[in-house]
Amino acid sequence: MRLFTRKISARLSARRRSRVAAPAVLIVALLATGGLVAVLSPASADKASSDAATIAKGRALFAVSCSSCHGSNAEGVTTERGNNYGPSLIGVGAAAVDFQVGTGRMPMAQPGAQAMQKAPVFNSDEIAALAAYVASLGPGPSIPTADQYDGSGVTNAQMVQGGEFFRTNCTACHNFAGSGGALPKGKYAPALKGVSSKHIFEAMLTGPQQMPVFSNGVLSPLDKKEIIAYLKTNESAPSYGGFTLGSIGPVSEGMFAWLVGIGSLVGAGIWITSGTSRKKKTTTKGADA
Amino acid sequence: MSEDNHELEHVAAEPIADPGLPEHLPRPTDVDPVMEKRAERQVATLFGLSSVFAILTCVAYFSLNIGGHPSVFLGMGASTVALGGCLGLALLAIGIGAIQWSRKLMSDHEIVEYRHPAASPQEDRDEAIAALEVGIAESGIGRRPLVRNSLLGAMATLGLPAIVFLRDLGPLPDNKLAHTVWAKGMQVVQDVDGAKIKPEDMEIGQLVNAEPEIFFATNSEGQPVIEGTALLQAKAKAAVILVRMHPDDIKALPDRRNWGIDGILCYSKICTHVGCPISLWEQQTHHLLCPCHQSTFDLADNGKVIFGPAGRHLPQLPITLDADGYIVAQSDFTEPVGPSYWERDRSNLT
Repeated sequence: MRLFTRKISARLSARRRSRVAAPAVLIVALLATGGLVAVLSPASADKASSDAATIAKGRALFAVSCSSCHGSNAEGVTTERGNNYGPSLIGVGAAAVDFQVGTGRMPMAQPGAQAMQKAPVFNSDEIAALAAYVASLGPGPSIPTADQYDGSGVTNAQMVQGGEFFRTNCTACHNFAGSGGALPKGKYAPALKGVSSKHIFEAMLTGPQQMPVFSNGVLSPLDKKEIIAYLKTNESAPSYGGFTLGSIGPVSEGMFAWLVGIGSLVGAGIWITSGTSRKKKTTTKGADA
Repeated sequence: MSEDNHELEHVAAEPIADPGLPEHLPRPTDVDPVMEKRAERQVATLFGLSSVFAILTCVAYFSLNIGGHPSVFLGMGASTVALGGCLGLALLAIGIGAIQWSRKLMSDHEIVEYRHPAASPQEDRDEAIAALEVGIAESGIGRRPLVRNSLLGAMATLGLPAIVFLRDLGPLPDNKLAHTVWAKGMQVVQDVDGAKIKPEDMEIGQLVNAEPEIFFATNSEGQPVIEGTALLQAKAKAAVILVRMHPDDIKALPDRRNWGIDGILCYSKICTHVGCPISLWEQQTHHLLCPCHQSTFDLADNGKVIFGPAGRHLPQLPITLDADGYIVAQSDFTEPVGPSYWERDRSNLT
C-alpha cells in the first residue's frame, strides 16, 4: 500500500517529492471514493449511504493520523517485546474514540507514560467520522446520548447517591473533590473539573488508559448520571470554607501553614525581639532614668 | 568552691577579653517628650482600632446571613470573611499595641541574670541523705525481712484489682479478627446500591467496589439485618473489590485455579499493612495501590505484594455462580483479612 502510494506521488511530482504527498494522495483518493459513493448512491438510501460515507471518511482520517500506532486496519501494533505499541481498536466502540479524540488525548503528541489532554486535533465532524469507522470494526459501547449524561434533571436524593457512588468508586484516584491525583511511574488521574459531562460518562463506560471500566451492566447509566450531577453541582458550589488551595488535601494546606502561617509567626518574633531605634551619644544621659 | 576557682581560671584563659555590655543609649521616646506623646497616641490608636473591629464583628454577625452572598469576596462568603477578618484584626491590634507599648514606653533597663548550678548546695544534700539513712535504720526494714516482704507482696497484689477492672472494659476479641460475614453462597453486590452482578455485565478492565449481599438484606419486618455499629464493624472487614482481567494474564496458584470466573477475581479491599481501604486499580498493569503508604499488590498474581510496607499478600475471596447466574462467594476468606496481629498464623508471610 505504502509502496503503491509512493509510486503515485512520485509520478505526480517527480521533482517535488514531499513527505505529506503519500498521505495526501491517500486522503484525496479515499475522500473521492467516499464522495463518489455518496453522490452515486440512490437518494432513497440516504441514511445508509451517508453512514457509509462517514465511515469511509473516518477510515481515511484513521489511515493518516492513527494507523502508525494502531495498525492500518486498527488491529494494533505489537512491539518486539510483545507489548502494545498501540492497542487494537476492534471492539472499543465509538464512545472510546469520542473520549480519546474529543479530549485531545489522541492522536498522541509523543509516546509517554500517559496520553496528555490537549486541544482536540479534529473537529466534531471528523471525530464523528473516526468514531463511526472504529464502531464499524466491531461491537462496542456507543456514544451516550444527552439524556443519558445530562445531570440537570436529577433530584437531590439521586445526587446524594451519586456522591456515595463517587466516594466509593472514584475518589481513590481522582481525589475527594475530583482534583485528580498521582499514580506510579509518571502516570496520573486527571482532574474532573471542567470536563464535559459526556466525556466523564464515556470515561466511566470505556476505562481509558489505566482507569478501570465501569460498565453500564453494573454501574447503570442512571448511576453514572447521578455521579455527573454530583460532580457538576460540586464544581459550581461556592467555597464556603474559604480558599480551597486546589482541594488537593494536606500537601497544599500543610505548605500554606508552614510557609505563610509559621513564616508570619517568625516575622512577628523577629519584630518583637529586635532592638528599637536609639539616640546617639551626644544626648544628655540624665533624661533616661 | 573548687568549681568556682576552675571557672575563674577558665575565664582568665579566654584569648579575647570579655567586652562587657554595650553602653546604654536612650531611646528617642526617653529623651524627647514629643516622641513620647506620639508613641502614646500610636498605642492608644491601636487599642481603639481593636474596639472598633470587635464591634464590627458583632455588626457583621447580625447583618450578614451565614451562607448568604456566598462568593462576594474572592469567591468566599461575605459573612465568613467579615467575621474572621474583623475578629482577627481586633486581636491583632491588641497584640501590636502591647508590643509597641513595651518597645517604646515601658522601662528600658538592661538586666543581667547569671546562671547558677542547678544542684542544691553540698551541705543540704548531705543532710537529706543522713535523714534518709536514719529513717531506714529506725524502721528496721533491713532487720525485719518478714515485714519487708509482706509489704512488697501487698503492693504487688494491689495491681490485681486494676487488671480485673481493665479486663472488664470489654470482651476479648475471640477469633473475630479471623472471620468476616462472607459465607458460602452469599452474593457479591455493588456497594452503595446493592446491585447484583452477573459475569456478563463485567468487561475486561472492570472494577466493582463490592460488599456482601447481607448488608442490603432486610428481615421480615423490613428492618436491615445488620445495622449501626455492627454494620460498620462488619463492613470494615468484609469490603471487597471485584476485577476482571484477561484470563491469560492471570497467574493463579494451583489451589486457586477455580477461585475466579473467566478472569473475574475477588479480593479483600482492606490493605494488609494498616487496613486502609484500597481501590486504586490500574487496569493495564493489574496493580492495586494503597493510597496511605503506597503498598502495591499484583491482582493478576494472587495479590502478591510488589512494593511498599505491606507484609502479606491481599486475601482473595473464592467466587462462583449461583443458580441464577449471579456472582456468589464459595466460602468465607480462607485467611484473616486486614493487618497482621499477634495471634495470627505466621505461616503465609508472602
